[in-house]
Amino acid sequence: MPAIDNNNALIIKDLHVSVEGREILKGVDLEIPKGEVHALMGPNGAGKSTLAYALLGRPGYEVTGGEAIFHGKNLLELPVDERAREGVFLAFQYPQEIPGLKVFHFLRSAYLAYKGLKVEEFSPMKFMNLLNEKLELLKMKEDFISRYLNEGFSGGEKKRMEILQMAVLEPEIAILDEPDSGLDIDAVRIVANGVNSLRGPERGILVITHYQRLLNYIKPDFVHILMDGKITKSGGPELAEELEETGYEVVEGIG
Amino acid sequence: MSDSDYRYGFHDPENYIYRAKQGISHDIVSEISWLKGEPEWMSRIRHRALDHFFKRETPTWGPELGNLNYDEIYYYIKPSEKQERSWDNVPKEIRNTFDRLGIPEAEKKYLAGVGAQYESEVVYHSLKEEWTEQGVVFLDMDGGLREYPELVREYFGSVVPYTDNKFAALNTAVWSGGSFIYVPKGVEVAIPLQAYFRINAKNMGQFERTLIIADEGAKVHYIEGCTAPIYSTDSLHAAVVEIVVKRGARVTYSTVQNWSKNVYNLVTKRAMVFEDGLMEWVDGNLGSGVSMKYPAAILKGKGARLEVLSVAMASKGQVQDVGSKVIHMAPYTSSTIVSKSISKDGGRSSFRGLVKVIPGLKGVKASVRCDALIMDEESRSDTYPYLDVNSDDVEIGHEATVTKIGEEKLFYLMTRGIGEIDAAKMIVNGFIEPVVRRLPMEFAVEMNRLIELEMEGSVG
Ligand SMILES: Nc1ncnc2c1ncn2[C@@H]1O[C@H](COP(=O)(O)OP(=O)(O)O)[C@@H](O)[C@H]1O
Ligand SMILES: [Mg+2]
Repeated sequence: MPAIDNNNALIIKDLHVSVEGREILKGVDLEIPKGEVHALMGPNGAGKSTLAYALLGRPGYEVTGGEAIFHGKNLLELPVDERAREGVFLAFQYPQEIPGLKVFHFLRSAYLAYKGLKVEEFSPMKFMNLLNEKLELLKMKEDFISRYLNEGFSGGEKKRMEILQMAVLEPEIAILDEPDSGLDIDAVRIVANGVNSLRGPERGILVITHYQRLLNYIKPDFVHILMDGKITKSGGPELAEELEETGYEVVEGIG
Repeated sequence: MSDSDYRYGFHDPENYIYRAKQGISHDIVSEISWLKGEPEWMSRIRHRALDHFFKRETPTWGPELGNLNYDEIYYYIKPSEKQERSWDNVPKEIRNTFDRLGIPEAEKKYLAGVGAQYESEVVYHSLKEEWTEQGVVFLDMDGGLREYPELVREYFGSVVPYTDNKFAALNTAVWSGGSFIYVPKGVEVAIPLQAYFRINAKNMGQFERTLIIADEGAKVHYIEGCTAPIYSTDSLHAAVVEIVVKRGARVTYSTVQNWSKNVYNLVTKRAMVFEDGLMEWVDGNLGSGVSMKYPAAILKGKGARLEVLSVAMASKGQVQDVGSKVIHMAPYTSSTIVSKSISKDGGRSSFRGLVKVIPGLKGVKASVRCDALIMDEESRSDTYPYLDVNSDDVEIGHEATVTKIGEEKLFYLMTRGIGEIDAAKMIVNGFIEPVVRRLPMEFAVEMNRLIELEMEGSVG
């Protein structure tokens, strides 16, 4: 493997995370270079979401060791919003509902903050044009944007809303936490198409999933297995298929 | 908000024309009455009300009022020689104050008329000609009493009698200023009238008295604003507002209450609504140290309606004891009360909602909804619903929610690059959006601005 520099990859080293005094991540090493799609798989409770939350700095997720280097900085030492502005994005497994906050207003505020623009520098009209492009890319209807953020959204709508945010913010590193959970196969296809349209050399993606199903639609370059707070095995896409046949227990045995 | 963030906290030198001495007595009441040269019957009501004030206990069911010292208050201060119709003639310092508050500018842009009260008297009053031509009357209350004594005599105290509560009694005894509005049958005043109340002097008591009469099918929107300087001693604002909504008429009364935190704001506001009339109270309570305010309606005629939208924000050192009362006295009447309160930095907000339906009515609908948002562990919010319903054919809804601002919501927004203060603002603005959305534009903008200031003052 060529040497990876931390401008072009998120490098996680020996990450330890505790929640409520219990160690959940017990030394995770992972590199996500731009231009690649990595899948993180593992049984429920393995610590997949914990990894995602810890990287973004969710309160209550205490980092007890290790680092996550991007752009020469240890993300784990920055406030949440600064981590985001470094170009790291998380699509939540369970997005929050914010009553009364219009999607358009939210997306525009997030866009301005993310790109470090002042309100005057990017008119609502200009943003509307940008947003329309993204909506089209993701085949989403315009009426989304006048609703309140995630309030009363169906499961599928919430997931698409997360992908729309990713499309608008254009992060360098995107972590997608179970973007397929709770969706029927048609909805999985829609979300996967959205994600695929956002693949590219300028972006590294980490897809977290419990099932191999999603990976039929989002083809990963690499697959990692997380078990009991540690990466037990890494490999190519074939690892996911192997897993489908044998289940996590056997993989653990092999690992 | 810390004191330095309250941008209306400045004060002018106290150059009044006349100031009654501190404290309350029958002599002070006689003095006010004599200065105003008002009719004998009004003077008699004042003295009777004062007797009632002395007799009546201070209410103990709500916020602590024990520190309010009635002997230190100035009950009447006359700031200028006479009321003016042109801002140019208002004494310079007072005019500058109202300029800083943006009143003359708002008047030009979007108001049909303005009354500006400073201490005890209305120093400026105007109503655009197109409305005077249609018979609309918009005067200060003293002017109303002089020019329309029969109307005032008929309605004064008819909606809020001085026996209602201790502060209504005090107001009736020493009232000065406030607005008198009469809108003739079928006249719709398309743009709002505004009154602005400014306290300047230390230890001031302001007791404006407002009477609004909307005749059959008439329509009017009245906006009230208020501010005061920051002093270390207390001021008292005890207003009474009486509104008569006749058959098919519609009155909207909007308030942005932004008193400084040394002001006790103890007001009584009530409407009497006749057949098919509609009363709307839009109430924003952001300022004052202690507020007690429960805009109310008596739905007296068949099909009469009440709508209340209220937003309160209690910060450090503030108690916002707000709510609404409605009494359904006729069939097919309906009431909707929506209240949103925010408590932060140790502030305390309480919501009291009283719905009373007299026995044997048909087709009554009432709904009360109050939502509270608590920003931190030190702050507090309480809800006190009182339902007194004695009819069978009543549709009644009551819903109350309490939400903590929630680290998860903040985290979610911050992962999108939004800073903590802005994220909190977005959540708060979203919380009050269902109310703000229904406000007149300028009013909504002002409310959002004040809340944002308040939010900025709190963090960091
Ligand atoms: N907020 C939390 N409070 C308490 N325990 C938690 C919390 N979040 C995660 N955990 C625990 O951490 C472990 C890993 O959870 P999680 O990261 O959600 O797993 P996964 O996403 O792989 O299913 C589980 O045992 C879970 O119960
Ligand atoms: Mg998970």
